[in-house]
Amino acid sequence: MASEAKKALLEPLFVNNPIALQILGICSALAVTTQLSVALIMCLALTAVTAFSNLSISLIRNHIPSSIRIIVQMTIIASLVIVVDQVLKAYAYQTSKVLAVFVGLIITNCIVMGRAEAYAMKNPPWPSFLDGIGNGLGYSLILIIVATIRELFGSGTLLGYTILAPVSQGGWYQPNGLMLLAPSAFIIIGLTIWAIRAYYPEQVEEPDFELQDAHQTPVQGGVH
Amino acid sequence: MPRPKKVFMMRDIGRYQQGFLNLPNDNMAKTIIVATLLCLVCSIVVSTSATLLKPAQVANKLLDKKKNILMVSGISAESGEQSVDELFQRIETKVVDMSSGQYTEEVDAATFDQRRAANDPQYRVDLDKSQDIAQIGGRSKFASVYLVRDGDRVTKYILPVKGYGLWSTLYGFIALESDASTVSGITFYEHKETPGLGGEIENPRWQQVWIGKQLLDDQGRLALQVVKGEVTEVTPQAENKIDGLAGATLTSNGVSNLISFWMGDNGFGPYLERIRSAAPQPVSISSDYSNRG
Repeated sequence: MASEAKKALLEPLFVNNPIALQILGICSALAVTTQLSVALIMCLALTAVTAFSNLSISLIRNHIPSSIRIIVQMTIIASLVIVVDQVLKAYAYQTSKVLAVFVGLIITNCIVMGRAEAYAMKNPPWPSFLDGIGNGLGYSLILIIVATIRELFGSGTLLGYTILAPVSQGGWYQPNGLMLLAPSAFIIIGLTIWAIRAYYPEQVEEPDFELQDAHQTPVQGGVH
Repeated sequence: MPRPKKVFMMRDIGRYQQGFLNLPNDNMAKTIIVATLLCLVCSIVVSTSATLLKPAQVANKLLDKKKNILMVSGISAESGEQSVDELFQRIETKVVDMSSGQYTEEVDAATFDQRRAANDPQYRVDLDKSQDIAQIGGRSKFASVYLVRDGDRVTKYILPVKGYGLWSTLYGFIALESDASTVSGITFYEHKETPGLGGEIENPRWQQVWIGKQLLDDQGRLALQVVKGEVTEVTPQAENKIDGLAGATLTSNGVSNLISFWMGDNGFGPYLERIRSAAPQPVSISSDYSNRG
């Protein structure tokens, strides 16, 4: 049982990462990662929502009529998101202003729905709760990596503290404006996925279709 | 066939009143009961959290508003470690009757809520189409103003403004120097414009551009506008023009409109007129502006 729990908690970090392997939740990963502090709050919010939606759905899983199960999941998730949004407005007002619409968009985050449907509907409450936390942490891990790189090289700061003094403030670092734009997040996420898959080659997907030999430039020894 | 089935269902509910959980999941009655209970529980959770957290949220909003007033007044920049509430003591809050431009004692300045008053029939003044440049429908007949004093002399007037942008109403403050024409700062504290485009009205760098601009042109008419294209020193009437936000024409127009409305006759016009005409400014700084206005 203990190993089951550990598996539910740790597997989504690297082995089955929701962003890197399942490619879910990309939209918010682009939007909220220009500043590390904002990304951290978003991670907390998403982890809380995933954990508690998994818990509550798992608690009533044996009595959810299959005809309305998606609506039931949506209702629970939406309620939790509203609660999280209210809490942020009460205790982290400035951050909630920056996050603005993205907290509300946790409802549409595929990670939350995906875990509810794929795990919580079939498993007891405690493992489901852990699975929710695990997937939240998996999401957080990628977001923190992306946000650290983007804030450090985009603004020369980390959590608002100056690390690389930018030229505009008399330092030596010329901030990389690309890092503040959404495409940089794609590039960083892509590189992260590459790194993870280089370490776990079994994650590499089968190519949908292969180039025929006739169309390939002859290379000594072939491509493979 | 449908009729007996319905009767069976009703009896069904009666029999299992205590234990509807034993019903098969796809039973119609159970589906409805589960949905109802779920909605009930969720709505209780949501409304409880909203009610319990309301005081903290209101306090946050108020604090944020005060911070914005301080920011636009320039006080927060010059002083170090004092808390927002301490700093805010240096600002005097008054209520102005918009149509006469006189201060009024009819409502308590400390507790007057202009945003609420704008929807309160007791205070609301509806605007007709030709007047309603900022697309706000109506305004309160009283308005809060915030004064920064240096001894007896008022050095800055901070006025609340609002108006429709592209997606939402923009709420902000504009600070004027003692001549009631020179802008000494602007800030927006609430809006739902697109982040990165219209949302750039929050950008301090853009707000910097406003400092030193003139509401009035050489003839004393209200002329301050947000325009397309760069405004440099050689632009004619540069002191009445603000470089608009790239990619946010409609938000920029909204800002232009709200300035025209609130600084105009249906807004703070009478109040500003009274300040301008009141006693020729005794201080030397203001004489620089007198030949402009």
